Amino acid sequence: MISLEQVEAMIKAELPDAIVKVNDLQGGDHLEAIVVSSQFEDKTLVKQHQMVYKAVQAKMATEEIHALALKTYTPQAWEKANQVA
Amino acid sequence: MTPEVQEKIDNLVNQNKVFVFMKGNKLMPQCGFSNNVVQILNTYGVPFETFDVLEDEEIRQGIKEYSNWPTIPQVYIDGEFVGGSDVMIELYQNGELKQMLEVALAS
Repeated sequence: MISLEQVEAMIKAELPDAIVKVNDLQGGDHLEAIVVSSQFEDKTLVKQHQMVYKAVQAKMATEEIHALALKTYTPQAWEKANQVA
Repeated sequence: MTPEVQEKIDNLVNQNKVFVFMKGNKLMPQCGFSNNVVQILNTYGVPFETFDVLEDEEIRQGIKEYSNWPTIPQVYIDGEFVGGSDVMIELYQNGELKQMLEVALAS
């Protein structure tokens, strides 16, 4: 089974400046990733998610990760989200 | 994904202004998310073509790699990946989809 640290490392390899937190939602193969990166600036949410999925594509293809729910933020959006919370 | 699969997908999304990779077909979607997308496009009455990934395992896997998107359905407008069911619902509700379709079909 893939470790949460492994998934974090794969995302960071694609987006080196990113702050990444991966959580297990269910049984170790349904995961959630929260990713904050300046590389998301000026990109649509879909483009942001595509960037993260690209990083973990190999593990999704083999079903080691069955599902990955994404929450992506630019640093500014992240700050704003946390002020509200 | 083999070059052949990539070429096949390229052709499908480039030869149709609006194209959907889905489970089942327009008349009989085999999945609620695929059905959502078909119903949304039907409300605009725009022409669109679909591909049933349940009939072709290579395309079913290849399309996920092609778009860096892990789920089906997948909607392409003017050759570009737009999103799956959630994104289509959002774009429908905020009016952006109507605009995107008008631009694509006018070109």
